[in-house]
Amino acid sequence: MTNHWVDIRNANLIIVMGGNAAEAHPVGFRWVTEAIEHNNAELITIDPRFTRTSAVAQDRAFIRTGTDIAFLGGLISYLIETDQIQREYVLHYTDAALIVRDGYGFEDGLFSGYDEATRSYDKQSWMYEMGDDGFVRRDESLEDPRCVYQLLRAHYARYTPETVSSITGIPVETIQRIWRKIAATAVPDRTMTFCYALGWTQHSIGSQIVRVAAMVQLLLGNMGMPGGGVNALRGHSNIQGLTDLGLLSQLLPGYLTLANAKEQDYAAYIDKRTKQPTVEGQVSYWKNYEKFHVSLMKSWFGSAATERNQWCFDWLPKLERPLYDVLDTFERMSKGELNGYFCQGFNPLASFPDRAKITRALSSLKYLVVMDPLNTETSEFWKHYGEYNDVDSSAIDTEVFRLPTCCFAEDEGSIVNSARWLQWHWAAAPPPGDARPDIRIMAELFLRLKRLYQEEGGVFPEPILNLTWDYDIADEPRPSELAREYNGRALEDLVDDEGNITRRAGEQLSGFGELTADGRTAAGCWIFTGCWTEDGNQMARRDNSDPYGTGNTLGWAWAWPANRRILYNRASADVQGRPWGANKAFIWWDSEQGQWTGADVPDFPTTSPPSQGQMPFIMQPEGVGHLFAGQSMVDGPFPEHYEPFESPVPQNLLHPGNSRARANPAARIFDDDREALGKPEDFPHAATTYRLTEHFHFWTKHARLNAVVQPEQFVEIGEALAEEIGVAAGDWVKVSSNRGFIRAVAVVTKRLRPMQIGDRQVHHVGIPLHWGFTGVAKKGYLVNALTPFVGDANTQTPEYKSFTVRVEKA
Amino acid sequence: MAINVTRRQFFKLGGAGLASSSLAMMGFAPEPAEASIRQFKLAHAKETRNTCTYCSVGCGILMYSKGDGSKNVEQDVFHIEGDPDHPVSRGSLCPKGAGLLDFVHSDGRLAYPQVREAGASEWTRISWDEALERIARHMKDDRDANFVRRNAQGQTVNHWTTTGFLAASGSSNEAGYITHKVVRNLGMVAFDNQARV
Ligand code: SF4
Ligand code: SF4
Repeated sequence: MTNHWVDIRNANLIIVMGGNAAEAHPVGFRWVTEAIEHNNAELITIDPRFTRTSAVAQDRAFIRTGTDIAFLGGLISYLIETDQIQREYVLHYTDAALIVRDGYGFEDGLFSGYDEATRSYDKQSWMYEMGDDGFVRRDESLEDPRCVYQLLRAHYARYTPETVSSITGIPVETIQRIWRKIAATAVPDRTMTFCYALGWTQHSIGSQIVRVAAMVQLLLGNMGMPGGGVNALRGHSNIQGLTDLGLLSQLLPGYLTLANAKEQDYAAYIDKRTKQPTVEGQVSYWKNYEKFHVSLMKSWFGSAATERNQWCFDWLPKLERPLYDVLDTFERMSKGELNGYFCQGFNPLASFPDRAKITRALSSLKYLVVMDPLNTETSEFWKHYGEYNDVDSSAIDTEVFRLPTCCFAEDEGSIVNSARWLQWHWAAAPPPGDARPDIRIMAELFLRLKRLYQEEGGVFPEPILNLTWDYDIADEPRPSELAREYNGRALEDLVDDEGNITRRAGEQLSGFGELTADGRTAAGCWIFTGCWTEDGNQMARRDNSDPYGTGNTLGWAWAWPANRRILYNRASADVQGRPWGANKAFIWWDSEQGQWTGADVPDFPTTSPPSQGQMPFIMQPEGVGHLFAGQSMVDGPFPEHYEPFESPVPQNLLHPGNSRARANPAARIFDDDREALGKPEDFPHAATTYRLTEHFHFWTKHARLNAVVQPEQFVEIGEALAEEIGVAAGDWVKVSSNRGFIRAVAVVTKRLRPMQIGDRQVHHVGIPLHWGFTGVAKKGYLVNALTPFVGDANTQTPEYKSFTVRVEKA
Repeated sequence: MAINVTRRQFFKLGGAGLASSSLAMMGFAPEPAEASIRQFKLAHAKETRNTCTYCSVGCGILMYSKGDGSKNVEQDVFHIEGDPDHPVSRGSLCPKGAGLLDFVHSDGRLAYPQVREAGASEWTRISWDEALERIARHMKDDRDANFVRRNAQGQTVNHWTTTGFLAASGSSNEAGYITHKVVRNLGMVAFDNQARV
């Protein structure tokens, strides 16, 4: 979330799209109802289904799954053509005025630089044009045909209401009505917020759906504002934290990135990531990259990391493929290229697409290690459970180890909620039997490996033998020790420009501003620096006071970065530093004090006066929000609608003649998986998966209360489809894709209605995902038997929300 | 929230089944007066603060356990409820959070290390020592056999691609941090968590 849960109450308009907050985030959703009741706000849902969120919404549209870019791209065109943008904000706080290089273009569904053989773009032309002074050229009039604003306008001119309607299935009047309501928040004293979840990310164009929403918010001046922003309502309780800590194939903690194999030179690696301002005088905070990187290396390798050995740069693994994401890994595993795999609190048999392929892949492993509090399906993938897990154990040679871990109630530490708050928790009881905390298991495994390398030698032991491990009890580091480590400390005395000591060696650091690139500081995750200072554990704070009445409780827990609660909050004030509207006052320039002040920690250099001209988006080299993504996305600088890889519609109505532009041309798909895609004539129904309020993924079917209130697997189909296939409510249906099938009870509902798409009628099928073959609820089928093995072009998040099936009476 | 619900009505509706979903969904927490009666009942329990383990709303919870925490005294969580001081949840829990106690005491909880040998159709219980020693052996053998110091182009890559690791986004930052520290420095790159999906 750019903003936070309580802040939703400050919104005047709330769009829930690509999510169903009332069902999946019920307590967070209270702040939506609070805004409706006490801020006279309106809630609009845009979803294929009539959801529990729609049930309390004032307005709603039913959209064909996977067509969100069409709806929001059309909105951009509407905002521009009717001049309903927040002009001052757009001019100063976005890249609208910046000029783009000549070579950039878009034709027949493809951006400039496409190479069909590699399904990728040469992004050379996707850049701003630099002037002779070394900074980006600009046109304040916004009239230059090569300025971002005009390119944006031209790009979305194709997205007329009629075209949008024919792609999305939403009637033109509904589209225009909702666009009008959204446009009404372009004024300074009204804000709209977007709340989304996996309904936006689990598409082959998922990252671009999120981007198009951010672009809308920039045009409306809603970014950085109370009650504004683009708010990812994230899933698991600490999915934000694990992302922040970089447990992803290409990352290091704090959004630092691993080098690829071509980056052999340390200085060049740093230089590429050290973003210097491209507009004169801007902050460009990533210019500090090396401070964060060196502090991480000091945290991991202590005195072994020196300037001479380039802070152990060679010790870090280098990437030879663009991503070693889970789809890539299971593709390699299914071809016998992996020997071992660890699942720590993760159930890939249930969670990854094309379950048959996952079973094949796991069966080819030599060893599999599962660490979990619960007996997951993955840990028993080799065990026969009738039609629910139809395998022959004797034919599977994988050795499987199952290690019992603590659950939350037996564990101490912090987790990060969707609003970036790090909240500390304590253990109430010991775990059952011999279960152990994850920390202890990882420590013991590491120490055993280290001992083996000491005793036997082996390949490249250096990083193992030199990894810092100064915990009081080596095989059981305390959470407090680890938290202090990722916060960071001074290794030597730190001094200011006049030579005064600002921090003694050994002291905890209070913010990432103290980090240095010369090895005098260590910090395991720079964005968390400030969470455990000399004043103690900031994450355990419990002051819930709200002195400005904005819902900002700065004394409760601790938020990264720097305890800021709304990102880009400098943008809540105008160029002169005054709040855009009295009712939206949040951060402002106090000329008497000579500093920024207000209800939040300013996301800005505190003493940089408005007259200095620094702009609010301090992480960007231009200081402004990007309508044009430059080279940061693999599939284009502007979001474009492409069909899901499996779609009931045979062509992309924006590019009817070009089959290369039917689905995302830059998304990776492996040959076998392309073969396994279904054709509209065989699998005519649009399917989407989702969660229910009573369940959390595959965990709660192990909890009796949840199993009682929602015991049995079902699928939702509309009345028209039910009639067409001769199914009555409560009948069993078989749902098949080209990869597998499930059987479930049919819930026949008015919540799903057929949609007119071009010349055909499209039915949606809703598939809740919570059942499996372990747990206390009734046994059910893992729904990923159905889903396609293809992901978002940028993140490789699988396309679970849009695929095709055939439903028939079982 | 304007609607008052007593604790008794709250649980009664909760027991009625699906009605509980929408009720808790709207965030109706029991009234303070009723809550005060509860204080008496919970007076001898140990109260521990935690955060709901399910979704990333991050609702505050209070866990009540028997036993004072001293050695050899059995501790057991017997009640979990919303933390009324929490600025987001203000004491509310949704139907998932309301069932947390049944997660803690689930029949599906694992208590001992086990191994399923190649081709076997059942689990065998083993000791932690045996489990960790065998796993460490597998890891070292695979790493020593397949670690790549230089690739075909002669570039230093120092990576290990034949063992992969999925981390848990239900675990704490501290567990995540030490997992990253260990896994990355063994040279693993096939490393992800639920954020990937
Ligand atoms: S169980 Fe709860 S609802 Fe039922 S009588 Fe007792 S207090 Fe009332
Ligand atoms: S109680 Fe419900 S809304 Fe709150 S964190 Fe738990 S699952 Fe999420």
